[in-house]
Amino acid sequence: MQRFILKKKNQITLIIAIFIVLAYVSEFVFKNHEIAFGSLVIASVMGVLPIAIQAYQALRVKVISIDLLVTIAVTGAFIIKNLEESAIVTFLFLFGEFLEQRTLNKTRSAIKSLTEMAPESALKQMENGEFIEVEVDEVEEGDILLVKTGAKIPVDGTVLIGEGHINEASITGEPVPASKKKDSKVYAGTILENGTIQIVANRVGEDTTFGKIIELVEEAQDSKSEAERFIDKFSKYYTPAVLILAIIVWLITRDTEIAIIILVLGCPGALVIGVPVSNVAGIGNGAKNGILLKGSEVIQDFSKTDTIVFDKTGTLTMGNPKVADKEIYTNKEDDIDKILSYLASVENESDHPLAKAIIEHLGNIELYEVEKTDVVKGGGIVARVNGHRIAVGNVTLMQQEKVILDEQVSADIAKFEANGNSLVLTSIDGKLKVLMGIRDQIRPGVKMELQKLKKLGVKSLVLLSGDNQGTVDLVANELGLTEAHGHMLPEDKAAYIEKLQAKGHIVAFVGDGVNDSPSLAIAQIGIAMGNGTDVAIETSDVVLMNSDLSRLPHALGLVKATANNMRQNIVIAIGVVVVLLASVFLSEWMNMSIGMLVHEGSILVVILNGMRLLRYKLRYRKSKMELKTTNN
Amino acid sequence: MKKATIQLETLTCPSCAQKIEGTVKSLTGIEIESLKVLFNSSKVKFNFDDEKISIKEIENAISKLGYEDKKSKINEL
Repeated sequence: MQRFILKKKNQITLIIAIFIVLAYVSEFVFKNHEIAFGSLVIASVMGVLPIAIQAYQALRVKVISIDLLVTIAVTGAFIIKNLEESAIVTFLFLFGEFLEQRTLNKTRSAIKSLTEMAPESALKQMENGEFIEVEVDEVEEGDILLVKTGAKIPVDGTVLIGEGHINEASITGEPVPASKKKDSKVYAGTILENGTIQIVANRVGEDTTFGKIIELVEEAQDSKSEAERFIDKFSKYYTPAVLILAIIVWLITRDTEIAIIILVLGCPGALVIGVPVSNVAGIGNGAKNGILLKGSEVIQDFSKTDTIVFDKTGTLTMGNPKVADKEIYTNKEDDIDKILSYLASVENESDHPLAKAIIEHLGNIELYEVEKTDVVKGGGIVARVNGHRIAVGNVTLMQQEKVILDEQVSADIAKFEANGNSLVLTSIDGKLKVLMGIRDQIRPGVKMELQKLKKLGVKSLVLLSGDNQGTVDLVANELGLTEAHGHMLPEDKAAYIEKLQAKGHIVAFVGDGVNDSPSLAIAQIGIAMGNGTDVAIETSDVVLMNSDLSRLPHALGLVKATANNMRQNIVIAIGVVVVLLASVFLSEWMNMSIGMLVHEGSILVVILNGMRLLRYKLRYRKSKMELKTTNN
Repeated sequence: MKKATIQLETLTCPSCAQKIEGTVKSLTGIEIESLKVLFNSSKVKFNFDDEKISIKEIENAISKLGYEDKKSKINEL
């Protein structure tokens, strides 16, 4: 019975409305008091039922809810035979709930469109080798799946057979489809635009990158900031306080009318819903634009950021460094090909971007077996090849290896650094053989994005990099950064951020999320620019899904707008309650129905205000387009 | 112990979340620290001891409050 009534709440609301209209028509048109009276009784009783049930259920778990205040108020009005009020108040309350539901669904729509991208079925290879369509929940790790053109990749996996282009916008935000062939990694929720592939499932369900993103966004929306926890506590005591206030007023004045008006006006609805609504809409907007914000605490902190620290590699630059300058120091007996082969063999062990650049530069070259590889953090690699001790790394590593850098070499190093190169030195058995200068290009558009950040109120932009000071200065000058420091190890960066924080700055750190986890953790806001990698998602507060810096100004603008929106909603909610309560005592026109109308109205106002955040993007896009046209 | 995620119909009032949280908490066999009611995604997540209580009983307790569950997902812990 209870369940039936609650389920039919919307229909009940409609019926009440009909009875109220009927009552007015019979009262004023047909002058029939009896039918009017009867209609209002029916409307009141029907209306109060679902509210009373909700109040009772809340009471059972020791929660004094708004429903209880309304139930008592309506019952009171009924007893003092103020039937018009009791009927209209229940109607407004139920109708308000209905509208809230509709508008709330709108604010959540951004996330919903994200979760709806989740794959539902998969073509799984059975024991007889045939592919049969199954639900995605039935796929297990190690299963072989067939994906046809136009279908969603159902799980995270590796391509076994076939090739094609995959639109990975749901994971990386990148609209240009990525080419995939055998051994390429593919991600759940991405779409195969052409070709047919077979994949082996590596991770399924909630363990996939897509699953983790959804879980993160869902939990972020419900995470609470300090302010919200305060409001929660406040409303926990506030609602009973209103009840007690009404009782006290009644005991003193013996005026039931005023007591029940207080009950209705005191409802804290807008206050409870206002802040979460801003939160949901803001996080939803972010998710749609490839920006994951981990909760409302993050929104608050990020909106106050005055210092943004960048890590150079892959953030401000293309992240695709190339060997630009090269110097080889050899004696007569040296075999240059062999030296380069040793270098390539050692670098082949590393996935450092500089190592990749060197291998790319050396091209097809004979490789030797490498033994005893030792990675020196912030230095390079030391290994044994063909009985020789090979060290590949920066100047610090050479000093550790006691390699003598003569005048000629020092002059070359200075020249290379001035050109903005990162240095990779190679020594064989303690003697320097090769000096390479590797340079990276600044990403197009970065300068404009950084200016947007400054316009949004960021005071200093700092670059901390492991590269040499020459490279760092070059980038800093070109981009107009506030500060730039080179030769920094991951722990130096973290220490530097702590220093900035000690000076009272609120620091956001932008890194690639893999080798900068200490800095990501120490900064108030850790921003990972990744391709939605696990580490990035887990260690940071904000994830920019694409390694595209243009998301950063949008992210900052969005959190500022969201934080503002929350403040507006709190002001609206408290303002309305204060004005209403004051008018009970100070004005003549206040009654229960008007109170309920204003109260429900204020709830809708805060929801609609929150919904503005969903459209935040449009305004941004527009201004971006304007900038583009002026550039042309 | 098992881990469950129950997807409910859309929750609209924060007090609904409180009610559900209170109700599920009061059941035996639920690991209280693991209980999370996600208001915006309308999900209830918790770990429970499947020897003490069945998922059906938990679902019933929630639907008695007037919230229909659409889909339950249970994983081994």
